[in-house]
Amino acid sequence: MAKEQGHIKRISGPVVEAYVPGARLYDVIKVGNEKLLGEIIKIVGDTSVVQVYEDTSGLRPGEPAETTGQPLSVELGPGILESIYDGIQRPLKVIEERAGGVFITRGIEAPALDRKKVWEFKAVVKKGDKVKVGDVIGTVQETDIIVHKIMSPYEGKIETISSGKYKIEDDVGSISYEGKKYPLKMYQRWFVRKSRPVIEKFPPTIPLITGQRIVDTFFPIAKGGTACIPGPFGSGKTVTQQSLAKYSDTQIVVYIGCGERGNEMTDVLKEFPHLVDPKTGKPLMMRTVLIANTSNMPVAAREASVYTGVTIAEYFRDMGYDVALMADSTSRWAEAMREIGGRLEEMPGEEGYPAYLARRLAEFYERAGRVRCLGTDERYGSVSIIGAVSPPGGDISEPVSQNTLRVTKVFLALDASLAYRRHFPAINWLKSYTLYSDALEEFYAENVSSDFTKMIKGAMGLLQKESELQEVVQLVGPDALPEKEQAVLMVTKMIREDFLQQNAYSDVDARCELKKQYQMLKTIMKFGERTNNALDLGVQLKRINELKVKGTIGRMKEIADMKEFDKLQKEIDVNFDDLLKMR
Amino acid sequence: MKEYKTITEIAGPLVVVSDVSGVAYNEIVEIMMPNGERRKGQVLDVSTNTAVVQVFGSTTGISTTQSTVRFLGETMRLGLTTDMLGRVFTGLGEPRDKGPRVIPKEKVDITGLPINPYSREMPNEFIQTGVSTIDGMNTLVRGQKLPIFSGAGLPHNQLTVQIARQAKVRGTGEKFAVVFAAIGITHEEASFFMRDFEKTGALESAVLFLNLADDPSVERIITPRLALTTAEYLAYEQGMHVLTLITDMTNYCEALREISSARQEVPGRRGYPGYMYTDLSTIYERAGRVRGSKGSVTQIPVLTMPGDDKTHPIADLTGYITEGQILLSRDLHRKNIYPPVDPLPSLSRLMNSGIGDKKTREDHKGVSDQLYAGYANGRDLRSLSAVVGEEALSATDRRFLRLADEFEKKFVQQGAYENRDIETTLDIAWDLLSILPEEELKRVKKEHIPKYMKKNGNGDS
Repeated sequence: MAKEQGHIKRISGPVVEAYVPGARLYDVIKVGNEKLLGEIIKIVGDTSVVQVYEDTSGLRPGEPAETTGQPLSVELGPGILESIYDGIQRPLKVIEERAGGVFITRGIEAPALDRKKVWEFKAVVKKGDKVKVGDVIGTVQETDIIVHKIMSPYEGKIETISSGKYKIEDDVGSISYEGKKYPLKMYQRWFVRKSRPVIEKFPPTIPLITGQRIVDTFFPIAKGGTACIPGPFGSGKTVTQQSLAKYSDTQIVVYIGCGERGNEMTDVLKEFPHLVDPKTGKPLMMRTVLIANTSNMPVAAREASVYTGVTIAEYFRDMGYDVALMADSTSRWAEAMREIGGRLEEMPGEEGYPAYLARRLAEFYERAGRVRCLGTDERYGSVSIIGAVSPPGGDISEPVSQNTLRVTKVFLALDASLAYRRHFPAINWLKSYTLYSDALEEFYAENVSSDFTKMIKGAMGLLQKESELQEVVQLVGPDALPEKEQAVLMVTKMIREDFLQQNAYSDVDARCELKKQYQMLKTIMKFGERTNNALDLGVQLKRINELKVKGTIGRMKEIADMKEFDKLQKEIDVNFDDLLKMR
Repeated sequence: MKEYKTITEIAGPLVVVSDVSGVAYNEIVEIMMPNGERRKGQVLDVSTNTAVVQVFGSTTGISTTQSTVRFLGETMRLGLTTDMLGRVFTGLGEPRDKGPRVIPKEKVDITGLPINPYSREMPNEFIQTGVSTIDGMNTLVRGQKLPIFSGAGLPHNQLTVQIARQAKVRGTGEKFAVVFAAIGITHEEASFFMRDFEKTGALESAVLFLNLADDPSVERIITPRLALTTAEYLAYEQGMHVLTLITDMTNYCEALREISSARQEVPGRRGYPGYMYTDLSTIYERAGRVRGSKGSVTQIPVLTMPGDDKTHPIADLTGYITEGQILLSRDLHRKNIYPPVDPLPSLSRLMNSGIGDKKTREDHKGVSDQLYAGYANGRDLRSLSAVVGEEALSATDRRFLRLADEFEKKFVQQGAYENRDIETTLDIAWDLLSILPEEELKRVKKEHIPKYMKKNGNGDS
């Protein structure tokens, strides 16, 4: 069939109008002599409007435009882990080789998965087995810590299959369905804008343990849940995101650097291979996929990067893994939509953002969830999405923050004034919230302690009380308060400094187990109770302030052995008993 | 080369040329005026037969009937050579001093290409600026972009030249160059910079691009890109360490807004275009270190915040891209403190990778955190004591109050020609910390206290 040649009609920044025969909405297209990649985002008559993923300087009207006939899709198969991709899944390492330098030149094509690498494929089904879509047909040990499960994209009867060494494009077997035979490969493609199907989605009941005290204790995130981290610049969004990526108890981490700083991505890239996964002792990178579309990389690819990331996350979920997806920052993604919307001369909604902003954000976060995966064996996996939001001027009344808050269940409010005083993580405990605490209560009671929830509520109550008292202190000074209330301030100071503050640079403190979190809070609350009790018996607060055990509590973050806490709590009793005796 | 006499519309800096063919997006255009004068422009939007051209310079005198438009067939390029060192250029890259034209070794597109994040090296070499508030608390490292957020009437120019004069990496004699881009600043300010560069001999290893306040505002879009293209060439091709100073980014953003409104685009916040974040990132992200090259590009852009408002789009979007900010405070300036750097809202995101044992000193991080926390506490107490009186504060609180005062006088305050090395800065810091009772020093390592704190009785008062 002689194909009719398409051509460019108009160029305006990243938006190109072209005459493309056989164009379909959202198909990927190559424009210009350099074959720049783009995506059709609008069709008017015979004119396709294309968002181009690369810089369009030098393109001329009349240059060719040719559709690939496929929507934007990602390659899913062994070799994804440990990779670093741009927004449209081009491996940056390969781009460096092909560009022959440190800059990303235009028109580079690179397959997402290494075509030459040989994998050891172990078949787990045999000839004659009947399989459904999503059934595991074989496994590949992708990295030292992750087994990559190859899932059948078809339903049918296995005709041939054999274990052995294969490259990614080799057939590992074949399958027949209604008399037709299809080859089986180790990889498949999936359209990024379409979520991968599941059998069932479940309500959240298991917490995502992040090792961060303020999150796990006060504002827990559920596995398969959604959280957002809004904050002005300099409040530590990225540091918080990275801590969550490093220490959360998921098997796979997908980290999307969407429109952020190049040096920050370098930091992740250089650090992750050296960081050790606490459970396996292997480098964290072995379970991580990075997607880096920095702010100066083309804006259309930034728009796509979020979808690329979430599709990869869903793919690992389908193998039965728990996946954490970090998107830093969703505001940059929304701005990419706004920029492209502006070029299309769309009627803008609030603050120039397109009217479909809310829908797109909701659709994205809706791809999170704990699910039963496709396939006949019972596999359960989850995708938890944690999105950073960068509101202009730190004011969260703007559209991106507001629409995000409507769909996410956990809100971790970063606070610049906490960051100034080097209180890290700079999460404001009064403004943050979680909607998962009720759903997770049972888990905490069973796995930590039955009084944990009650204790958390008690501590939170004290912190609330502190903010009220602080207003009084601002007017009259702390000494004017009754001793009981001064005691509240003393205890909340301990909660803030000895519990909420966490040192990301300390080997022991960077990740805190749930059991240790419980013991730490219990210690402080016990100290508070004994203080109250002692005050009732007429002991002066000054004397309690001078107790030696207070200093020991101040250093409990560094405790590695849980038995130490029993000693510490005994020490509190001894200290107070002595105090009462001296009275 | 194609010439057209088909200008159909002139509006602000934009000229529409019709019946064109084969014009490329972002192509450079020359417009010949009836009087023989030539002006340059760039294609902003092109369709099969119409091109919208943005003119660098004023559109005064362009006519629809008598002007000729010539499309040069290439995008904006800059000729590069090391002979540019010691020279002064206009905002469009023409020589501004009386020297000869430079003969370029190569011509490079000024938009630049994004650096592959995979090919970047982590910036981790400490640059000593000799300014305590920067070195001690907001450390600058090679390959970082650290802007100065200032306000009208604050001494940002003095601070910028002081940094340019004093900045060095300790213990190395590597090649160092300064690329200076002036965007829309006054003649007076420009000559202040020039004089200082000449006086200290820094001009020999500097390249200057000057777009002054009375130069066409559209040129301002080009000037920083010329400077950064030069900086990248010197750094990655010639292996030099380049410090790029850009002042004033506010004028750049104003120019961006002017063009956007002339193009009748949908405005974002405060009339600035919605793509300003992306546009600014293509400037600021051109800093860093890359694999396989000795050189580095460090950027210090200066911007004046309208109304001292940190949440103004210019400051806000800049802060989201750069790796921190140095914020000048009007309060400190009123107290006659130079440089009026307010450490609390200032930040260097790459600080931790550039400090510590073997880079600065092992106690650096602890001291810095302790000073931050102590000064923040002291400042809070200052407002409290204004209400309840200093007498109502506890003895410890009064020490914090004293720390805040002494900190501003001894640590922040320094001379415009005072070049403090990092040891001096840290020693002053320890001297200040000795004001506080020892049990309040939770952020410094215990073993560092006897090692670095001099017992000179400062603490007991």
